[in-house]
Amino acid sequence: MFTWTPPAADGTPARDELLVAFDRGRDLRLLVCPAWFDEANKLRRFTIEVMRRLDRAGVDCLLPDLPGCNESLAPLTEQTLQGWRTAMAAAAEALCATHVLAIRAGALVAPPDLPGWHYAPQSGPKLLRGMIRARTIAAREAGLAETSEELMAEGRKAGLTLSGWAIGPALFSALESAEPVLAPGQSELAQSVIGGPGLWLRAEPDEDAGQADRLAARIVQSLAGAPA
Amino acid sequence: MTVSHNLDGAALDLELKALLADVLGLDPEQAQAFGPDTGLFGHLPELDSMAVAGLLTEMEDRLGIVIEDDDVDGEMLETYGALRAFAEAKLGGR
Repeated sequence: MFTWTPPAADGTPARDELLVAFDRGRDLRLLVCPAWFDEANKLRRFTIEVMRRLDRAGVDCLLPDLPGCNESLAPLTEQTLQGWRTAMAAAAEALCATHVLAIRAGALVAPPDLPGWHYAPQSGPKLLRGMIRARTIAAREAGLAETSEELMAEGRKAGLTLSGWAIGPALFSALESAEPVLAPGQSELAQSVIGGPGLWLRAEPDEDAGQADRLAARIVQSLAGAPA
Repeated sequence: MTVSHNLDGAALDLELKALLADVLGLDPEQAQAFGPDTGLFGHLPELDSMAVAGLLTEMEDRLGIVIEDDDVDGEMLETYGALRAFAEAKLGGR
């Protein structure tokens, strides 16, 4: 565990953010943009397992928290998509990252000036659709009537708590049209390339050593100059 | 994502069971043993609303269907047979 300090926004003091790092000062330094919200929990162990394999293969791996998530002290409701993009770009610079691995919705905030990979990238609308649906199903079970349309309208206006994450109106609105974009030097690693079921689908957090092996191997091959 | 536009009964059965295996972390063979009366939502503790939402969203992707709020009720999610009948109706109704 390490920390890094994001640059201070206007008038607010900068707070240290925690970072999980395999940092041995090597030439190849991979910034990992984690999956979001519920998927972050389900993919946390997988993410670290991939980082361990890359560490053994000679790649430094740096996994910052998104501000407002995980160990971050920043309030989640105040976070914006642009703010997260800025934070990931600042982390890349502060940590001297040479490449980026973005996981699922992490692809929405991957710094565009780093070469790297989007693993099974997730769009903002699909992310919201899944979370809204979970909420309407739970509401129905509880005998409450909530419709997706009403919830979307509320989210845009006042923000919305989905699966326990309090998403502010700015982040909510931005996610409605946020699509992952591959910057030059970045390529997509689809789940079909890795093989096996995506661990974010799993009802309970799980791990899969074979998938972690294959994702890490793809990245190592690609770093060695083979086509991704 | 594979979108299967011409799923017959057997293919739909395979696809749905494979999807449940993915969500529940089962071996495909275990999911193949699901029958019409196998209980799902409300019977399997790990299948909570978040997991069901993931299941439905993945069904949309893999089967090429759109599932509306009004489609989703306790009955349709209660057993494997009901979920399959729902998917069949959605595929037939396009």
